[in-house]
Amino acid sequence: MSTVQEQGTARTASKSAAAIDRAKAQGRAALIGYLPAGYPSVEDTIAAGIALAENGADLIEIGIPYSDPVMDGLVIQAATSEALNKGFHVTQVFDVVRGITSKTDAAVLVMTYWNPVVRMGVEEFSRQLAEAGGAGLITPDLIPDEAAEWMAASDKYGLDRVFLVAPSSSPERMKRTVDASRGFVYAVSIMGVTGARTSVSSAARDVVAAAHAAGAERVCVGLGVSNADQVREIAAYADGVIVGTALVVAIGDGGVDAVASLTKDLSTGLTREEA
Amino acid sequence: MVRLMVDAPAAGSDESAVDAFLQGGESLRHAPGPYFGSYGGRWMPESLIAALDELEDTFEKAKADPEFTAQIAELNKNYSGRPSLLTEAKRFAEHAGGVRIFLKREDLNHTGSHKINNVLGQALLAKRMGKTRVIAETGAGQHGVASATAAALMGLECVVYMGAEDCRRQSLNVARMELLGATVIPVTNGSQTLKDAINEALRDWVANVDNTHYLLGTAAGAHPFPAMVRYFHEVIGEEARAQILEQTGRLPDAVCACIGGGSNAIGIFHGFLDDPSVKIYGFEAGGEGVETGRHAATITLGKPGVLHGARSYLMQDDDGQTIESHSISAGLDYPGVGPEHSYLADIGRVSYEPITDSEAMDAFRLLCRTEGIIPAIESAHALAGAMKVGQRIAAECAADEAAGKATVKASEKIVIVNLSGRGDKDVATAAEWFDLLDKDSAEHEIAKEGEQL
Repeated sequence: MSTVQEQGTARTASKSAAAIDRAKAQGRAALIGYLPAGYPSVEDTIAAGIALAENGADLIEIGIPYSDPVMDGLVIQAATSEALNKGFHVTQVFDVVRGITSKTDAAVLVMTYWNPVVRMGVEEFSRQLAEAGGAGLITPDLIPDEAAEWMAASDKYGLDRVFLVAPSSSPERMKRTVDASRGFVYAVSIMGVTGARTSVSSAARDVVAAAHAAGAERVCVGLGVSNADQVREIAAYADGVIVGTALVVAIGDGGVDAVASLTKDLSTGLTREEA
Repeated sequence: MVRLMVDAPAAGSDESAVDAFLQGGESLRHAPGPYFGSYGGRWMPESLIAALDELEDTFEKAKADPEFTAQIAELNKNYSGRPSLLTEAKRFAEHAGGVRIFLKREDLNHTGSHKINNVLGQALLAKRMGKTRVIAETGAGQHGVASATAAALMGLECVVYMGAEDCRRQSLNVARMELLGATVIPVTNGSQTLKDAINEALRDWVANVDNTHYLLGTAAGAHPFPAMVRYFHEVIGEEARAQILEQTGRLPDAVCACIGGGSNAIGIFHGFLDDPSVKIYGFEAGGEGVETGRHAATITLGKPGVLHGARSYLMQDDDGQTIESHSISAGLDYPGVGPEHSYLADIGRVSYEPITDSEAMDAFRLLCRTEGIIPAIESAHALAGAMKVGQRIAAECAADEAAGKATVKASEKIVIVNLSGRGDKDVATAAEWFDLLDKDSAEHEIAKEGEQL
């Protein structure tokens, strides 16, 4: 598996890795913001994505609304259901990616459950994502064991493949997942689904340490992060911090302006305090 | 490269699999997973992989442990009431081309369906893993009731996820689960159907996997569930095969079962997979007709995809979004199907056909009136299918006879139908379907078409 990764890395530089490394060079962790495509509209998602980039986000994660989102909590379920009810189609995610990458330097990843990719065809999906300027995919229900087709397509089109690791991942699985990933590794902070939480589990630090120990150069933490204090806590040990639900609430309640101001606030937590 | 799975070893290897089978070279029985041809696998969040590994390990050790197999045998015999009977349905058979029809009476098991076989096995595994809590999904309530039953028997906490609309329609089944000590949680998100109950159970499992076992109710989901659920239901086919040999001295010509997720079907099919002379039929819910779009005929009209942990046939739109299924039978109302069925369909070992709501209800009434047995509406799909199979066999016999070929009479042909459950739960639906209810009755108010009390 390591040979596959080496070949891929040699072929194209990782956009996600570059974005995280730029933040690192500034002495801080990277901020990654999530928005579901088509909520409340495709145009709003593009505008909010640009606002994310202009207010301190280094990477942007665009979610594809899906009928059976088993890793998502109520807020994101409600948002993606609304997008689907308004007639969102999967190919529109490429419009969103193109709309953001044409206006900003942020790395734009797509977060998707696997079946929409299977339906379009892994090769075709990858081709269109690369053409739109996308950095790669975050795949919450695809593990490296099932990813042969995606490994090949992501190599061919130079896309990042961000797999998840969890507090429950065994050392063997941690190693396998880190080896299969490119760009960064997504560390799930707690055993649970997406949603804002009042405190970040101490398990997050252990998962990040385990991923680093398994050879991951870049590990970003997601699930339950919603404010600058939590960002600050995680930025002390992780390479990036992922915020989802809080941004979804912001765009739902206050539109693009609310996304901009929340992002600005979140980004204040990124700078690592001197030890 | 550890266990990387190429997406589709596809048609070529599947054809060679059926060839090998037909030549008697390779057994189709006891397929261990995780893959059945290009189907199955683990399309699951990483957070749950450790729990699936633990379950697989516990299950493999249990299968090899005489103490475990003895526990299962004892529970099957003295709690569930196994072996279930094999009953010849002579009056019903007159409507099936005059072939001999035998019913495998899973309806006589404790809790009224085949579901008990699986829940007892999985509850024992939960105990072995030191889990104190089980969760389950349910549509009509049958698997929820069975899970609540097993949990009560073994002293486990039980939480059942059920679509809010189903809770309202099935208020008596909700009460049954609560009487058995379970907590029923209405699921109000998504389409509020069985698939959303599974989604919600998976979300619970991710958050509580340390002390919780997900007691999945059908032979679908991520490995090891499809192979494991089949294992606990294999007793149906083993018994049926021995019973038909004892009662008639030979193997049947055909075996029929209904398919939702496919657990009762894979259980009875398994006993006959390696008998090339036995034709095997799975009957999916055709709903209002496959041409109407309102159906649950996953294999007939679906396309391969991934849902709830497995690659299998799936009802989905061009975007890969799951399509809502429709059936008068809540137990068949699921847009997916177990991966082993998808494989058996592709290699041609099992034929899958749709049966409409009205064909099923005609067979339902016929069995009531000819045999004094009220079947589950799920099982009525298998009965309707068996009538078609019997009539086809009779037509073939007649054609052979007309052509002057030496032939066996239709009356000597044998068809086994898996009567997977009893119809007590379906009385309100049937009464509404056949217009038996007083227009002013409470049941009439509640029991809209397709609903069950």
